[in-house]
Amino acid sequence: MTRWVGASVPRKDGIGKATGQARYADDLVFPGMLHGRTVRSTVPRGRVRSIRLDFDASGFTIVDFRDVPGRNVCDLIEQDQPFLVERDVRHMAEPILLLAHEDRERLLSANVAIEYDAADAVFDPLRSEGVLKAIDIVKGDVDAAMGNADVIVEGTYRTGHQEHVYIEPNGVIAVPEGDGVVVYGSLQCPFYVIKALKSLLGANRHIRVVQTETGGGFGGKEEYPSMIAGHAALLALKSGRPVKIVYDRVEDMVATTKRHPSIVRHRTGVTRDGRLVAMDVEVVLDGGAYVTLSPVVLSRGCIHAAGPYRCDNTRIRGRAMFTNTPPNGAFRGFGAPQTEFAVEVHMERIAEALGMDPVTLREINALVPGDTTATGQVMHDDCSARLVLDEAVRRTDFRAKRTAYRGTNRAVGLSLFYHGAGFTGSGERTLNSKARLDLTERGVRIAVGSTEIGQGTRTMHAQIVAEALGVPYETIEVAQPDTSVVADSGPTVASRTCMVVGKILEECAAEMKARLGGLSPSEYFAKHGGFSVLKTYEPPDWIQWDDHTYRGDAYATFAWGCDVVELEMDRDTFEVRPIALTAVHEFGRPIHPALARGQIEGGTAQGMGYALLEHVVMRNGEMANAQLTNYIIPTSLDTPEFDIVMLENPYPGGPFGAKGLGELPMDGPGPAVVNALRALALDVREIPATPEHLAECALR
Amino acid sequence: MRFTLNGETRDASSPPMSRLLDVLREEFGLTGTKEGCGEGECGACTVLVDGAPVCSCLVPLVQVEAASVQTIEGLGDDHPLQHEFMNEVGAQCGICTPGMIMAALSLDEHPTLDDIKVALAGNLCRCTGYAAIYRAIMKAKSQ
Ligand code: FES
Ligand code: FES
Repeated sequence: MTRWVGASVPRKDGIGKATGQARYADDLVFPGMLHGRTVRSTVPRGRVRSIRLDFDASGFTIVDFRDVPGRNVCDLIEQDQPFLVERDVRHMAEPILLLAHEDRERLLSANVAIEYDAADAVFDPLRSEGVLKAIDIVKGDVDAAMGNADVIVEGTYRTGHQEHVYIEPNGVIAVPEGDGVVVYGSLQCPFYVIKALKSLLGANRHIRVVQTETGGGFGGKEEYPSMIAGHAALLALKSGRPVKIVYDRVEDMVATTKRHPSIVRHRTGVTRDGRLVAMDVEVVLDGGAYVTLSPVVLSRGCIHAAGPYRCDNTRIRGRAMFTNTPPNGAFRGFGAPQTEFAVEVHMERIAEALGMDPVTLREINALVPGDTTATGQVMHDDCSARLVLDEAVRRTDFRAKRTAYRGTNRAVGLSLFYHGAGFTGSGERTLNSKARLDLTERGVRIAVGSTEIGQGTRTMHAQIVAEALGVPYETIEVAQPDTSVVADSGPTVASRTCMVVGKILEECAAEMKARLGGLSPSEYFAKHGGFSVLKTYEPPDWIQWDDHTYRGDAYATFAWGCDVVELEMDRDTFEVRPIALTAVHEFGRPIHPALARGQIEGGTAQGMGYALLEHVVMRNGEMANAQLTNYIIPTSLDTPEFDIVMLENPYPGGPFGAKGLGELPMDGPGPAVVNALRALALDVREIPATPEHLAECALR
Repeated sequence: MRFTLNGETRDASSPPMSRLLDVLREEFGLTGTKEGCGEGECGACTVLVDGAPVCSCLVPLVQVEAASVQTIEGLGDDHPLQHEFMNEVGAQCGICTPGMIMAALSLDEHPTLDDIKVALAGNLCRCTGYAAIYRAIMKAKSQ
């Protein structure tokens, strides 16, 4: 029995948020502070010919690429994306010039005229010749096995951009400090910002990054805040004053990252009795104009592209392509929602082709312990595909409903999915994340760079430490992520903050407990003073991964889910009304059941928006509907009732049996919705399934 | 410009066409009221004007002359809605929370689920999928 783990204790940050006292980036004001603004390109591709300032520049600080003291590249996987355009523009809304002024009205009305020599732009990834990253996964002999199949089913599936719509837009403040800056900001990865600023400002300059309360991230504040921080830092260094850059909603939508659009082609050979014998998959992602994180998004997308199924002969060929749109980036699920959408709708079409019930097809092929994935990873007892499928089908009476609703406007649809927790392959070993616990006069303090972005990092980490130390949860303090104070526990991404960072903290706590030798933290402090325990993550030693062949153990473990959606469609307007959604998830064990439920409900709602509502309209390489008036996310009225089931299957490699959870819920709703729509005799293969799109499907 | 702010008479010196949102945040330092869109779509800026929820990003200061404005700060820290938002994890990232709580204040006691959904239809939350917010309001309004 555990006391703190498994209990829904009060959130560490609950009261501050419920009283309006929590401080977000835009709530901070510094003496002498200027407001900053980014002047952006208005062509998708071309060369800057001239820049003219059409305003009275008195009191303005103006920065262009020539003000960069270090290297003008945002250091991420590659070093190709400039902080400020030097000459060549590669996408709309690319930053060219920075302005700062203490009067916001004057700042916003300053007019800058930029002339370009425009060049031809490419927006269609299938027409692009620029391969940003290629990945090939090969298992068995697909061509030979395809020849022996009874039936071959082919299809192409598409997903659109998705905008994060964290309700707090991006914002940072750079304040001069020593010979450098301290950056306060709404962000997920403070140490990414350090890395980017070291390259921009020079490695020896003093740089400190502090995460402020962050109003949602979902991956959208993983990489882009480094860019904004760089801009604010350049303005702060030049003016010698604090500079705040807060995007309004339009700028946030037009300029920052989105989920990669995808085009996935499947060709699958099956036996008449429903066994998958060969899967041939081609994944194309639209990467946008710079590399940013696209190689790893493609990687995760490809690894998940064959779905949670057994197939001895699998070939997955992935390409991320350059286009002249703003770079697409991290978004909850990181490539997997796209490829799992495709495979799950394809499975539905295979069942249709065989005249087989879609549950039965999945029962026959779902991974069980002993099976291997497309990369050859052997499944162990932590494989729960059948567990979640069986429970979801039983609980919703899926088969009976499927029959009962035939010929009506109501339908049920199902999806089975999985999500690898933590960084891919050798990623966690390379990251070498650290966590630290401090014994202080106030008690025990957690000092990690993992950020609270709403998901409950502080609370859940404090529970793990309280449990492992055997002290009350309330006595655990969590340090604000300030890079000069906390250990670099790696980025807050990839569903790793609980499973990986939580595990290091559990080990820190075990060591601290041993050192306390039976004394309470305060007794020990009174007698001997404080001390710290710093530990580094040790991935499970059995993980074998080859980055060149893409063979091996892609993830330490997977979390599993099965969603059943029930919906109604108006046959005249093609409006879809989701009625109920059952989500059966297995993610080891919930550390905090109410937080975990919140992750599932929130991620599922985001997935429902992805499936039905969220349509990014791109025109000439720019988001044309960059407002919440016409980019629609689910409101209280569009969100169905949720029936959330958390099945437990403790994973020994995680803290108290926990796996990663944050992204899993995003993978299921898209295909479940489309599979329900397919049961209404519409040949849907694309999301968002807007009424306009469904009307087109009805004409086919 | 004189109005009542959280029960006290105050004089605002911002220009009359300033957005109430900016006056609250910048002139009075009441940063609990948030800006999510600036165009009346997200509800993060919801405050009560004479008891009715409004989007303060759409209201010019002049419009609240002689009116009574209530913000999240006026609620203190011991309101049942605040407690239940904590207990039920109605706040994840928390940026929508002040607006949600202000919108929920206008609900009668013992609301139905539909009453709550309608009352919150102008308040977006990207984190929770709303379910925990309903649970919080349901509990707070049934005490
Ligand atoms: S900021 Fe006022 S409604 Fe969004
Ligand atoms: S809690 Fe994050 S937007 Fe509602």
